[in-house]
Amino acid sequence: MAKIYKDATDALKDFKSGMTLMSGGFGLCGIAENCIDALTLMDVKDLTVISNNIGNSGRGLVKILIQKKIKKAYCSYVGGNPDLEEQMLKNEIDVELVPQGTFSERIRAAGLGIRAFYTPTGYGTLVAEGKDEKTFDRPCILETALHADFAIIKAQKADPYGNLWFKETARNFSPLMAMAAKTTIVEVEELVELGDIKAEDVHLPGLFVQRIFQGSDYKNEIEFLKLEGEK
Amino acid sequence: MADEVILLIGSDVSVNLGIGLPTLIAERMNPESNVMIQSENGVLGVAGRPTKETLSPTLINAGKETISISKGASFFDSSLSFGMIRGGHIDYCVLGGMEVDAKRNLANWMIPGKKVTGMGGAMDLVNGARQVIIMMTHFNKHGEPKLLGQCVLPLTGKNVVDLVVTDKGIFKPNGSKFEVIKLAPGVNEKDLKLA
Repeated sequence: MAKIYKDATDALKDFKSGMTLMSGGFGLCGIAENCIDALTLMDVKDLTVISNNIGNSGRGLVKILIQKKIKKAYCSYVGGNPDLEEQMLKNEIDVELVPQGTFSERIRAAGLGIRAFYTPTGYGTLVAEGKDEKTFDRPCILETALHADFAIIKAQKADPYGNLWFKETARNFSPLMAMAAKTTIVEVEELVELGDIKAEDVHLPGLFVQRIFQGSDYKNEIEFLKLEGEK
Repeated sequence: MADEVILLIGSDVSVNLGIGLPTLIAERMNPESNVMIQSENGVLGVAGRPTKETLSPTLINAGKETISISKGASFFDSSLSFGMIRGGHIDYCVLGGMEVDAKRNLANWMIPGKKVTGMGGAMDLVNGARQVIIMMTHFNKHGEPKLLGQCVLPLTGKNVVDLVVTDKGIFKPNGSKFEVIKLAPGVNEKDLKLA
């Protein structure tokens, strides 16, 4: 089928400098490992990246962050990402910190045709600066949709149409980003046959997916291993 | 502190736990209490830590720590997760804090020029959960009280905090001062420099 690509480099072949990229994952959970590795080898710069954490602990998107490929970032949390915090405090990168619920809703809005919405989140804080305020049952601020040229996401399973199934908490922002980007690239642990994901088990319909490839060499790193009975 | 919070929230409720100190609550919660713990990264029904057998790299909490889930748990995307929160469907949220003031304001996401962690989901949680409980040490590492007349640090939310649980007791900001709900054993109110 036309949506199947060979690998990350193939799927990213027309991704260019200056573009806006959404990248799924919460910390390192559910990140598009193959696509991120491919980006480290590509000659791209001045990227705008929309991702909850922009990698963590030297891993994930931090690989392209330290290559100074990111000009602007939208994220909600940078704790545990000292490389990003350092670039922020040195003003080497423009970072817009967005409350996580507003972040996910701005992405979802873009995918679903909503231009803007009012939310109480952030009212009375630095986040509200310069934004329109309006009181409904309580004071709210106006937030706008967040679009992207490309999204890179990872799913546990995809079929050739791009129907996706995510494992456990690896879903997070990925389905929203898939809806919000012009071109969505999905890398998967298992590329299955049409019909292998039952219709009622599809987490994201393939309509939102443009490119798919079978990923490889997944690390699926754990950031903080906590086991029962251990201190 | 975790045990005090567990007593406060009771049974048959939903609660979102922030990162840091509040995650202790999931580990100490009695499974019989029917408390559904939500984590903002997309799970309702967080239980304690996993065993080596149930461990999964894709099963984590908001602090990116490995977790297990209870019977009846569910997974969902971040938009639905925050819809639960913002939509007022979560009974309690328990968050850490840097400062809380008597006007019910919370600061817990940055120290200008020094430290930026970002707000994560905290700004959504304080505006969405029905009851907001802050769980934190009473004094910072310099020995200064974190319960103030007015927050100095940039706010996470305005007029949002319902209760503060510290190692010294339980306190309720009422708009002009902190009411003492309970003091920890051996604690004298006048040593707390309460605003």
